[in-house]
Amino acid sequence: MKMTGSQILLECLKREGVEVVFGYPGGQILPTFDALYGYEGFKFILTRHEQGAAHAADGYARVTGKVGVCLATSGPGATNLVTGIANAYMDSIPMVAITGQVPTALIGNDAFQEADITGITRPVTKHNYLVKDIKDLARIIREAFYIASTGRPGPVLIDLPKDVQVAQTEFIWPEEIKLRSYNPVFSGHPGQIRRAAKMIMAAKKPIIYIGGGVIISGAAPEVMELAERTGCPVTWTLMGIGGFPSRHKQSLGMLGMHGTAYANHSIMESDLIIALGARFDDRVTGRLDVFAPDAEVIHVDIDPSSISKNVRVDVPIVGDLKQVLLELLQEIKQAPVIADWSKHVESLKKKFPMSLKDKSKILPQYVIQQIEEATAGDAIICTEVGQHQMWAAQWYNYSKVRTFISSGGLGTMGFGFPASIGAKLGAPEKTVFNIAGDGSIQMNIQELGTCVANKINVKVAILNNGYLGMVRQWQELFYDRRYSYTPISSPDFVKLAESYGAVGIRVTKKEEVRPALDRAIKTDNTVFIDFHVEEEENVYPMVPAGEAINNIIGGLA
Amino acid sequence: MKHTISVLVENKFGVLARVAGLFSARGYNIASLAVSQTLDPEVSYMSIVVEAKDEKVLEQINKQLNKLIDVITVTDFTKKEYVDRELVLAKINYTPKNKSKLEAVFEKFVGKIVVHKDDTAIIEAVGDQEQIKVLLEELNKFGIKELVRTGKLAISN
Repeated sequence: MKMTGSQILLECLKREGVEVVFGYPGGQILPTFDALYGYEGFKFILTRHEQGAAHAADGYARVTGKVGVCLATSGPGATNLVTGIANAYMDSIPMVAITGQVPTALIGNDAFQEADITGITRPVTKHNYLVKDIKDLARIIREAFYIASTGRPGPVLIDLPKDVQVAQTEFIWPEEIKLRSYNPVFSGHPGQIRRAAKMIMAAKKPIIYIGGGVIISGAAPEVMELAERTGCPVTWTLMGIGGFPSRHKQSLGMLGMHGTAYANHSIMESDLIIALGARFDDRVTGRLDVFAPDAEVIHVDIDPSSISKNVRVDVPIVGDLKQVLLELLQEIKQAPVIADWSKHVESLKKKFPMSLKDKSKILPQYVIQQIEEATAGDAIICTEVGQHQMWAAQWYNYSKVRTFISSGGLGTMGFGFPASIGAKLGAPEKTVFNIAGDGSIQMNIQELGTCVANKINVKVAILNNGYLGMVRQWQELFYDRRYSYTPISSPDFVKLAESYGAVGIRVTKKEEVRPALDRAIKTDNTVFIDFHVEEEENVYPMVPAGEAINNIIGGLA
Repeated sequence: MKHTISVLVENKFGVLARVAGLFSARGYNIASLAVSQTLDPEVSYMSIVVEAKDEKVLEQINKQLNKLIDVITVTDFTKKEYVDRELVLAKINYTPKNKSKLEAVFEKFVGKIVVHKDDTAIIEAVGDQEQIKVLLEELNKFGIKELVRTGKLAISN
């Protein structure tokens, strides 16, 4: 049967198992929106900005593990996706972004709403395509989904000129995908795995350090088995949150710039770092030349370029983390003898606990703790970027994978709210919170319209301190309290929510926090809760940028 | 230090931009670059000379190149035996008077006069990096008006 390019696109998306597409129409994608009219193969969500569509697709992907899909027109529609694509790229999120393009005959002509989006997105996509011939379309879509979701996942962009959307051809679904130049490795090198097992069994001060790879690979059960069989303490990156239950007795919480003091001291004193799907980011290692000086390093990662990029690695293992751990667990015949080390780590926990100083106003950390209690710790927590993000990472106990949705690598303010829309569509039975700051929420606040129009019931907890708080904190600590353009005004969030048809609640007293949360959770609508919190509360512990990660300031009891 | 890498890539539009973009995005410097079709018209060959300050940078270049979907294989010649050649075309000052001088040069190097017009000759010469370097010193004595080079081509043996 002959089909148009647009019909082929929709049919391929459906066959790839796509449940929802986020997007925004425009001139050069009109034929595809015409095909979408009345189409029932998957749900389409009209966002209020293309950036919202990209982040929503990202949030959906993080919660479900499936490929998130967004759709926009050429030129500004496409460039508005770029931040969302870059965000997904930095955090290894599977995404397919589809953009309209001016007709092939006009490409390069500076036509109206033309942008070289494959050129623009080349450094922030895993791969991208400009479809010049409709006969390639089905194959390209299959390849895009395959590339996006395998190996180290990432975003793939497909640029679709208008004439290719309207052209017709016989539709042939490519059963097989053949890419001679792309063959992700799955199982690790057996010799290296045996070496790693020997090192683990002989270690005296080992530590397990997990990252987002644990979640992507579905390796949390294997990490748990490794931890329990060896007795090693476990610390994680921001992206690794949920990969190991934070209430587990071996848990050290997050490490790095705003990690727990005991996680940082433990890794600095360790003699073996078992790095699992983490990439030794600068926010984790601090000053590199003094990072964990006595530690040997086992590094398991699907991406060879992540290994030995920042720290010297003694045993590199390239492969799918779950596969590698299954093999590694077979090789670990006995637990290392680490009773003294465990006792020492325990003493570090007692010596440097996470602590709060109560103040007359609402502490932002208290709001986070109350969200955990009110949702019995079973919510999906999305965040924007800044102080509230770090507090959400520190003060809520995550026990499951894919329940903490946050922009790690790129640090994109404005990510959380649209991501929460995608999260809710991916897990409709869950309570979804977006924890935001008063600055970040204003970056994609237009998505209130998307929530209300589509009855997407998310809760937005704004920790409103009247500042761009994280930047203000740096100005306080490192720029002599010169608050250059960090005080920021906000609209009346309650009225704003109401004007969209959502619900707004303002909270100015501590005793109102919990009742407001309970009311929000019960409300069958999007709710903005505007918490007026302590203005100059800082995120502690903190390691100043470029310092050794045991050089910790603030927040110590 | 300079390293020679060869890269086999899918012969598709945009591939050169992907490879070049990788170098510029990570601050690696390309000293020379030569691209051509191989026996298989769907595959192109890139010969790249890069400046890498240490092994670690070279390793990253290698790994990052391998990550590109359109890259089929990457060969780092640093620890391999290989043959390399470069072709230069040079416009030099030349009159029949110094014919014998130039002939003397070409006794030592693979090269010849391609065109001779008025007081200028275009010469072509082929050699490895060291030979080309010495040749250029010789040609400088005549006065080089213009010079173009292909960049280094390398093949393992």
